[in-house]
Amino acid sequence: MNSSQQKKQKIFSWAVNLGAVILLYAVLLFLIGNGTLKRYEQGILMTICINIILAVSLNLTTGFLGQLALGHAGFMSVGAYTAALFSKSIPMADGPLKFLAALLLGGLMAAVFGILIGVPALRLKGDYLAIITLGLGEIIRVVIENLKFTGGAQGLRSIPKLAKLPMVFWITVCIVAVLFALIRSRHGRAIIAIREDEIAAEASGIHTTYYKIMAFTFAAFLAGIAGGIYAHYLGILGASTFDFNRSIEIVVIVVLGGMGSFTGSILAAVVLTLLPEALQRFSDYRMLLYSIALIGMMIFKPSGLLGTYEFSLTRLLRRIASPFTGRYSSGEGKREKLRQTEEAKG
Amino acid sequence: MSCVLKATDLGVSFGGLKAVEGFEIEIGENQLMGLIGPNGAGKTTVFNLLTGVYQPTQGDIQVDGKSILGKKPYEISQCGISRTFQNIRLFKQMSVLDNIKVAYNQNMKYSLAGGIFRLGGYWREEAQVEEKAHQLLEIFHMDHLADHVAENLPYGQQRKLEIARALAAQPKVLLLDEPAAGMNPTETQELMETIATIREKFNISILLIEHDMGLVMGICERIVVLDYGKILAAGTPDEIANNSKVITAYLGQQEEAAC
Repeated sequence: MNSSQQKKQKIFSWAVNLGAVILLYAVLLFLIGNGTLKRYEQGILMTICINIILAVSLNLTTGFLGQLALGHAGFMSVGAYTAALFSKSIPMADGPLKFLAALLLGGLMAAVFGILIGVPALRLKGDYLAIITLGLGEIIRVVIENLKFTGGAQGLRSIPKLAKLPMVFWITVCIVAVLFALIRSRHGRAIIAIREDEIAAEASGIHTTYYKIMAFTFAAFLAGIAGGIYAHYLGILGASTFDFNRSIEIVVIVVLGGMGSFTGSILAAVVLTLLPEALQRFSDYRMLLYSIALIGMMIFKPSGLLGTYEFSLTRLLRRIASPFTGRYSSGEGKREKLRQTEEAKG
Repeated sequence: MSCVLKATDLGVSFGGLKAVEGFEIEIGENQLMGLIGPNGAGKTTVFNLLTGVYQPTQGDIQVDGKSILGKKPYEISQCGISRTFQNIRLFKQMSVLDNIKVAYNQNMKYSLAGGIFRLGGYWREEAQVEEKAHQLLEIFHMDHLADHVAENLPYGQQRKLEIARALAAQPKVLLLDEPAAGMNPTETQELMETIATIREKFNISILLIEHDMGLVMGICERIVVLDYGKILAAGTPDEIANNSKVITAYLGQQEEAAC
């Protein structure tokens, strides 16, 4: 396949995905317009968006880079507080521009913390890294709780509620698109190579330290943006929200969705945000059912909902269209591949 | 013949243990050299020293006359030394093609932003690398496996893929750590041919660790024998085969004739 053909295919795939997103957006606007989605439902959708951003960003470090980090809530809180303090203190008309500026600032501040924490922490691996990020995440929370300008234990109040669902929807879409583009570039290959075999990656000329810190910082940046959205959605902030449990919640979404699958993270973020809401009728048993669902998942599909598989709308469309065009038949392609492997194994 | 890789008085000690001591080697352009020795002699340690995995505690290593001492493994790879590993280290979950592309990374220039927004030569460079990677796989007769996950390849193919990946880093010297380990005679024969092809097509020098004496004696021009971290002998295959010290190291001391 030559490159222009490949480019054409990619552009087609972008068009399909963009079309799907616009369709989703139109449905969203319609449902808000006719009053089906009230404040409560919109709140849930907002939480889903925030959780999606948190999960896909953590998936970059945990799923793709392969470094288990447990301090994501820490970066989220840095972003949340920075963004909130910015929009509270800057005399600028409330609006999308101010919101975006606050998010950007929150993200950048979280990225700075990402570098500060990443440089020493990423010398360690596996469980050691998990413990150190957990510790540093807690330190951020405790420091915020004891500082004056963050409002101490009382937290921040009357943050302008600038987060509107349509805007947050597009921010989420952009972040997911950026992560997909990143992972499919040479930088993404380097990141995955480090997960697969760090020694081999370094021997192949990959500057492992650089890529580790880069991915870690990028994830922190996105977590900061998620924090900023959270702050401008609730209007109040308390440091205790960003405790260890919050970090674990994000890890659970990533693991359940599948480490190394962005679409898996998105799916899991939706499911795990909706599940507690749907189980509200059984409020007494809610957390019990939630936990059982997680345990069952780990027993029957330990690689998560999607594993490392990425759902692709383009592929689905082709598969649906294949009986008519005859150009692409999924089963045959797979069987052909299998046959080749068998032959190669001889 | 100019010297591509040169190590002088190279040594490393772990605590009090001198794992390698006074190691010397000179590899000329397009030369194929063998490194042999009994188990635990320090052959792989030498490879780890040459590729920067361990920092030598004495001596110097030069590539094209420039010292690479103190450099990180990825920098040494960029200086032109590539290696394979004794126990295959592939990027298992990645496709065969992507395994190769990772090694081309160091010669690609587009930035992080370029990668995300598909700017600054993204399309051009990706297309070039795609092309190059396919060509490389073609040489190894593996192009039809390009889309397969590396983990699913049979053992012999995995070994070949690892060599191909090392070559993708465009080295001047290729270090092969027991490439024939675990292969049957047919596969070993095939491997010997592959190595010969590589030398011809890429015009590079090769340093080879191997236990398969047939292979080493068959293709190497010079052989260095290592025992207890020190060089026991160096010379042509014939010289080595008849060297009494080497025979002793491998087979043990001949008992004194009974009186």
